[in-house]
Amino acid sequence: MAEDKIVLENLYKIFGPNPDDAFELLEKGHSKDEIFEKTGTTVGVRDATCTIKQGEIFVVMGLSGSGKSTLVRMLNRLIEPTRGRVLVDGDDVTAMDRKDLINLRRHDMAMVFQSFALMPHKTVLDNAGFGLEVAGIEKSKRDERSMKALEQVGLKANAESFPSELSGGMQQRVGLARALAMDPSILLMDEAFSALDPLIRTEMQDELLALQEQSQRTVVFISHDLDEAMRIGDRIAIMEGGAIVQVGTPEEIVTNPANDYVKSFFYGVDVSQVFNAGDIADRKQVTVVERPGVSVRAAFERLREHSREIAIVTDKSRKYLGMVSAETLTDQIKGGGEPKYSEAFLKEVEAVQSDMSLSDVLSRVAASRYPVPVVDSEGRYVGAITKTALLQTLDKAG
Amino acid sequence: MDSEDINLPIAEYVEAGVDWVQTNLTGLLDGISAAIGFIVDNLEDFLLWLPDWLLAVVVVAIGFWRVNWRFAIFAAVAMFLVFGMNLWEETVSTLALVLASSIVALAIGVPVGIAMARRDVVEMIVRPILDFMQTMPPFVYLIPAAIFFGLGKVPGTIATVVFAMPPAVRLTNLGIRQVSKEQVEAGLAFGCTARQLLYKVQLPLAMPSIMAGVNQTIMLSLSMVVIASMIGAGGLGNTVLTGIQRLNVGLGFEGGLGVVLLAILLDRLTQSFGQSRKGRK
Repeated sequence: MAEDKIVLENLYKIFGPNPDDAFELLEKGHSKDEIFEKTGTTVGVRDATCTIKQGEIFVVMGLSGSGKSTLVRMLNRLIEPTRGRVLVDGDDVTAMDRKDLINLRRHDMAMVFQSFALMPHKTVLDNAGFGLEVAGIEKSKRDERSMKALEQVGLKANAESFPSELSGGMQQRVGLARALAMDPSILLMDEAFSALDPLIRTEMQDELLALQEQSQRTVVFISHDLDEAMRIGDRIAIMEGGAIVQVGTPEEIVTNPANDYVKSFFYGVDVSQVFNAGDIADRKQVTVVERPGVSVRAAFERLREHSREIAIVTDKSRKYLGMVSAETLTDQIKGGGEPKYSEAFLKEVEAVQSDMSLSDVLSRVAASRYPVPVVDSEGRYVGAITKTALLQTLDKAG
Repeated sequence: MDSEDINLPIAEYVEAGVDWVQTNLTGLLDGISAAIGFIVDNLEDFLLWLPDWLLAVVVVAIGFWRVNWRFAIFAAVAMFLVFGMNLWEETVSTLALVLASSIVALAIGVPVGIAMARRDVVEMIVRPILDFMQTMPPFVYLIPAAIFFGLGKVPGTIATVVFAMPPAVRLTNLGIRQVSKEQVEAGLAFGCTARQLLYKVQLPLAMPSIMAGVNQTIMLSLSMVVIASMIGAGGLGNTVLTGIQRLNVGLGFEGGLGVVLLAILLDRLTQSFGQSRKGRK
């Protein structure tokens, strides 16, 4: 069994002027909202106790406002705990003076941020070496170590670029390299991949797992994304209203959720009621804009080019007009006269409102040969729901 | 109630205060006077000692380097105009006053701005003082400046410093406060001390804003230096003032044109230095 790396003992964070009042109410069993109403103080984290083991990826999951970001910031005391203790390798972090704390931050813990938080005036190499520079390590040695870290994340070739010249995914690699260059035993990752698009996010998750293979760091990873937590977490802690409600392996949590809140992450009660049409509509269909002077033939060409069957027709203000298929367009073009979109619209296709619940559009999507277009309250095109997307949503909900 | 009944002798208080300062703080006043005088005189002597063509070449070269060739041509034409109007010496003298005032204003303003950004208490105290400094009609500064420091370049510079400092303070404060929370957290999470956080994170990231403050301070200095000619600061303001006193439209216009040309040159050049930080490749 791996040894304990970080231990949280009855950790509390109360934001506001009178934490003692809040404690009194907490003891009486009042909820976070009630306490805020009565005292104006916010309970960030309440009575968090858990153990994080050497070498594991520990994911802290919860909705926004559940206290997960506050919790991770108390580990390196970016936020001072109001009560309780944090032990790292048996040392009490909460009792450290300024000097020891800075030493801890420089040697044992490095952090990766959601917004990357790079320094725009520094090159990628200097950004990666930021922690080393702060620690007073001389330039040549610093560059050597930051170059090695950049190599680990595949950015060696971009060492002389500036952050603004890189994509979001690459910028976060720099953020990761900045942490790795410190060679810390603990990595704190605060929603580190949440700002990235899904494809890059998965790529970064794989990369993190690959890095873990090489050197077993203890990773505390904050996330609100279930897929992410399941993918990378050795163990997951679920937070609700500032409290940790369950800690366990992904399997344990799925098979034996502690309460309905935890369950809702996995089973979503009845997704078809929770989601509405706008949530699962995507913009993958070809759209064409109707305007004078642009011929119907151009739309036909675009369909052929993307090898698609159908296209959405909108006006210049994105207002949904109708859906055309390659077939109806061909008929129009062959039919002689000036071909018109309006004549080519598929009659059986009708748009649905984006705020309609999924259960209401279910049968429509299931019965339709074509994706069902979704419009907002002003009639603007939002996206379309395909059968595949619908099935995936329902499936994920279990 | 008649306004005669109430008589708040604020004017008397101010005069009493001024008297007290004059009698009790002579040493301090002399010290300030000597320090400011040293800066202004040396700067002016140096700029006038430079051959006019050399100064012109330097300005055109900087314009070409930092802005573009069109601006360089403009700078050349502008300086030829100044030279042709026989206002070279006045313009250089004004330039020296502007530079000296700006240096002093920035040397005080930027640190005050930093202190303001780091402590809310300081901001609470300094903000109303800045409001006061900025809304007070600039002419009013001339009176105490003249009383404490007599007539000439030194009181002119001091009045200008007071008038031109607020934007440097404000924009330094603003720039530092605008640094994103996560960037500050990143600095701290990687083990910055308070000093390192300031020099390695906050000041570099606030630089565009601080440079905007520098630009504003220089521009305000220029406008005040002209007004300060009323207490004998000299330079282009003198030309304008003479134009007014003699109702000589031509002379006034020449002085005014000189000020405008100098303003454009200073504005574009200082802005170019601010942008270099932001958009550097």
